[in-house]
Amino acid sequence: MTEPRANTAMSSIPAIQVNQLHKSFGDNEVLTGIDFHVDQGEVVCVIGPSGSGKSTLLRCVNRLEEPTKGTIVVEGVDITDKETDLDRVRTRIGMVFQQFNLFPHLNVLDNLTLAQRRAKKRSKKEAREVAMKNLTKVGLEHKADAFPAQLSGGQQQRVAIARALSMDPDMMLFDEPTSALDPELVGDVLEVMKQLALEGMTMMVVTHEMGFAREVGDRVVFMDGGVVVEQGKPEDVLGNPQHERTISFLSKVL
Amino acid sequence: MKPTTRQRLFRGVLYLIFVIALVAVVMVADWDAIQTNFLDLDVVTEAFPAIILTAAKNTIVYTLIAFVGGLILGLILALMKLSPVAPYRWVSTIYIETFRGLPAILVIFGFAFAVPIAFSWNPPGGSTGAGLLGLIMVSAAYIAETIRAGIQAVPKGQVEAARSLGMRPSWTLFSVVLPQAFRIITPPLTNELVIIIKDTSLLFVAGMALLDRDLTTFARDLSSQTANSTPLILAALMYLIITLPLTQLVAKLERHNQRGR
Repeated sequence: MTEPRANTAMSSIPAIQVNQLHKSFGDNEVLTGIDFHVDQGEVVCVIGPSGSGKSTLLRCVNRLEEPTKGTIVVEGVDITDKETDLDRVRTRIGMVFQQFNLFPHLNVLDNLTLAQRRAKKRSKKEAREVAMKNLTKVGLEHKADAFPAQLSGGQQQRVAIARALSMDPDMMLFDEPTSALDPELVGDVLEVMKQLALEGMTMMVVTHEMGFAREVGDRVVFMDGGVVVEQGKPEDVLGNPQHERTISFLSKVL
Repeated sequence: MKPTTRQRLFRGVLYLIFVIALVAVVMVADWDAIQTNFLDLDVVTEAFPAIILTAAKNTIVYTLIAFVGGLILGLILALMKLSPVAPYRWVSTIYIETFRGLPAILVIFGFAFAVPIAFSWNPPGGSTGAGLLGLIMVSAAYIAETIRAGIQAVPKGQVEAARSLGMRPSWTLFSVVLPQAFRIITPPLTNELVIIIKDTSLLFVAGMALLDRDLTTFARDLSSQTANSTPLILAALMYLIITLPLTQLVAKLERHNQRGR
């Protein structure tokens, strides 16, 4: 997993650069000064106990959460700047949610083409082609006419991944993508994600799947109490953790 | 006695009481009087075809105008009520509370008589049109609350998913939120529609030209002309003929929408 990936020309700018990020919900300070980055083509897995702020960090990266303080720079564009066209930036950041969040009133194909046609102004034909290509990629081309309610959780999540990919994003954010799935359905979703990583997609993955982090991640970031406690190569952080809180967390989940 | 036997006995007694009551009513009723007053065939022939071509048609047209108008105004009010801009919320709240709190008949009356005077303006459709405007205002208040509840029932994740795909707020609203909200509120919205069908009978207070009369007004007029109540029965049947297929249609629509849940 350490071979150099594509995009050498741009790899000087990090895909995501977070500086001194603070986020509070009322009196509750969830992120207390995070410095964090993801390089182009890198797969970063963020782990940590619930309430550690890892999902909040991820949601700040495409401004689904409004940061309280600090800057977030995506591919050189400061998205905390009021002048930035957020909708435009978001088309370059794919996001996959824990609860899938497919549009239940649209069939699978329309789920994939809606934003392409609206935000990317693609023709019906082009959007369709892109959608089918990505459905094939996640192995669900035969479900194009199905409605989300007719799919299993694992299939829904794969459709959600295909929907995000259909915008041709430069990077993908995964917010605990397998946490809402029955155990036997987790594998298919992880397989799709692994494939993406092999293709060189920049990925930030908030996850509890330590196996995935170890096998696919280029770097593992351990968060606790709103700060990054420890980070490094998966084999180091997961195999030989240095910090006491990391040791205690890993002893509970591994 | 076994519980099942007791239950059966209890049910038998209930049926018996019901049948006795029915027989008593049938025997006490004066069937000749009922026939001459409520089922006079001469009056029936007199009512047709105007009761369908004019009266029922008008009731349907008024209903459609009031419902569509109420839907558009109600949607605007619902969006205002959910707006982050405080003055929009205030205006919407004041409007809704006012028009829900007033009797529809009073609002229709007010619009029919006060508006032309206050604004030196004759609304299209004359006084009936002005009355309809009042009915739209009242329906909008109820529909606004229904739509607001529907929008709020759409999970937040839906908006987040749409926005994360780069969809602007207006696209998100019209392509993702509202289609789901309207599926959720189909049953209460049908209720509003049925209420409006019946409330068109209040338009008579606006004063109506002969050809503008709705079902109830038409039936009352004919009833006093013929000194016979048959037209009222006919009007009642017409209302049922309008509402029953409608509720069936909506039930079908709802089953169809289930696949998208």
